[in-house]
Amino acid sequence: MDLSVNIGPLRLQNPVMTASGTFGYGREFAELTDLSRLGAIIVKGISLAPRPGNPPPRIIETACGMLNAIGLENVGVERFLTEKLPWLHQFATPVIVNILGDSVEEYAALAARLNDVEGIAALEVNISCPNVKRGGVAFGTVPETAAEVTRAVRAATSLPLIVKLSPNVTDITLMARAVEGAGADAISLINTLLGMAIDTRSRKPRLANVVGGLSGPAIKPVALRMVWQAAAAVSVPVIGIGGITTTEDALEFLMAGACAIQVGTANFFQPNATTTIVDGLAAYLEQQSLTSISQVVNSLRIDT
Amino acid sequence: MAEFQEKYTVLRQEQLADDIFRLSLDAPKIAAAAQPGQFVMVRTGESLDPLLRRPFSIHKVIGETVALLYKVVGKGTRVLTSLGPGDSVDVVGPLGRGFDLDGPGPRCLVGGGMGIAPLYFLARQILQQDTGPNPPILLGARTRAELQVLADEFTELGFVVLTATDDGSLGHHGLVTELLDDILHRVRLVQVCGPVPMMRTVARQCDRARVPCQVSLETHMACGLGACLGCTCPAREGGYKHVCKDGPVLSADEVAWI
Ligand SMILES: Cc1cc2nc3c(=O)[nH]c(=O)nc-3n(C[C@H](O)[C@H](O)[C@H](O)COP(=O)(O)OP(=O)(O)OC[C@H]3O[C@@H](n4cnc5c(N)ncnc54)[C@H](O)[C@@H]3O)c2cc1C
Ligand SMILES: Cc1cc2nc3c(=O)[nH]c(=O)nc-3n(C[C@H](O)[C@H](O)[C@H](O)COP(=O)(O)O)c2cc1C
Ligand code: FES
Repeated sequence: MDLSVNIGPLRLQNPVMTASGTFGYGREFAELTDLSRLGAIIVKGISLAPRPGNPPPRIIETACGMLNAIGLENVGVERFLTEKLPWLHQFATPVIVNILGDSVEEYAALAARLNDVEGIAALEVNISCPNVKRGGVAFGTVPETAAEVTRAVRAATSLPLIVKLSPNVTDITLMARAVEGAGADAISLINTLLGMAIDTRSRKPRLANVVGGLSGPAIKPVALRMVWQAAAAVSVPVIGIGGITTTEDALEFLMAGACAIQVGTANFFQPNATTTIVDGLAAYLEQQSLTSISQVVNSLRIDT
Repeated sequence: MAEFQEKYTVLRQEQLADDIFRLSLDAPKIAAAAQPGQFVMVRTGESLDPLLRRPFSIHKVIGETVALLYKVVGKGTRVLTSLGPGDSVDVVGPLGRGFDLDGPGPRCLVGGGMGIAPLYFLARQILQQDTGPNPPILLGARTRAELQVLADEFTELGFVVLTATDDGSLGHHGLVTELLDDILHRVRLVQVCGPVPMMRTVARQCDRARVPCQVSLETHMACGLGACLGCTCPAREGGYKHVCKDGPVLSADEVAWI
């Protein structure tokens, strides 16, 4: 039974990865999850300089989901390389580094810094960040700036390049095509959906940042629809993200056209959600008398 | 640090007051690894709503039994009350950094409301260290019904307990912090868990008297594992502490009290 998948130039033992920001730097889950059994570990988003993040409250539970406004807190690239990455070398599991920036230049500088580092299998570019030079409009909501970031990172690295799309757009296929055209080896989606919640007693927003990103099972139908649309629009591999909690969820994304998936919020309430899904996918192949997970990918049947 | 995710069998569910319950679990691994002040993340059921695990202090460890003391405040804690003997509950823990155990001498424990929960585990541990006569334990709550049973259990351990209630129905009529000043000169460490205003007051009192103080903080938590970075509290030195990893027990002077 073959669970392995190729994401552009990158080969994974199975299609199950951890979504950035939901699995720390891997070590946080080491006692509760077998890291060697993951398709890949995608670490918390890294910027050039450390970032302190937003004031609390940063997280709020909502119906079947949660809102977060962490504010991209991270230790910065240098501390990541000296304090976090070396510990992950003990596993054969590929490590994918998620990067973020305020400007096209910052993305390019990060990509260049990470290019020759040992033990990094690929970069995932989070383009849902505000473009400081353009009044804070997220890079990933304008096709031109999404392409500009992708092009700059592409020029700065020879690592496989995954561009992670923001769902906060009217037409996801425009973004998918824009980053494909600019040199992305693969596309991952979706990042969180912008949302908010209000405490009616105090009439204050529940998050200090007022708005935050919605994640978890609540967003799965939206994510699945966007993955299906994006997969039909581009020829590079698509990685599905959004509310994936069970094997069934993962299968839905694969059938919709994703060649791999990421588990995010589910890690928080089910620390071994990833490895449970790996086992579940193998069991599904056996039940269905299939030999390879690739037989599931894009196998959606729509009556015409 | 050993952490586990396991399903544990419910041994007992006691209702101590209108909305205060105690859940006892057969949880040998957590019992063996836990330190006073640490917490667990409890999945309240299989349902995706409530979605996140709920954090609770480890209240008692007796043999292989771990007890949690909780107040019903929302949908997660309400679901927990439906558990009965023989049911199983999915728990991750023990998590976080607990109270210092080998402090420099007599210590005073101060608990308010559900902040009393971790102090029982701590008090039992202190007894095992046999450091001589202990100063009184200070416990506060809204009213007698929420406090009497718990206060009695500390008395049974052999501690002198001073109580305070908001309505005067048990002990001092007022804040538990008002009982502290008389004791502060006798102690070398204060360990406190309760509502933020109470802990802030105790931190100030200790600061003035130059007595070290440890506080156990509460924040919203998604993971309890140091991964989501959602559980921040502002640090005095600038930036933030992550309550699930740096705490929940922190030195009061590490916290930027606002
Ligand atoms: C380290 C730690 C130890 C705790 N120990 C105890 C204990 O021993 N006994 C006890 O009764 N309570 C304790 N609490 C508080 C307890 O976690 C909350 O009361 C509980 O999560 C409320 O859940 P709910 O679904 O009933 O409330 P809801 O309001 O429906 O919960 C909604 C969301 O807010 C979070 N939340 C709500 N109130 C709090 C709070 N005060 N602190 C943290 N998160 C909150 C919930 O976890 C959930 O994610 C502790 C909290 C922390 C952080
Ligand atoms: C607390 C939290 C932090 C996140 N941090 C990042 C991040 O640093 N970079 C990033 O690209 N996505 C980040 N995400 C988005 C997730 O990787 C994922 O795209 C999103 O949560 C949807 O998947 P889910 O519903 O399975 O969680 C974060 C999500 C959460 C909940
Ligand atoms: S609760 Fe997730 S990092 Fe502390």
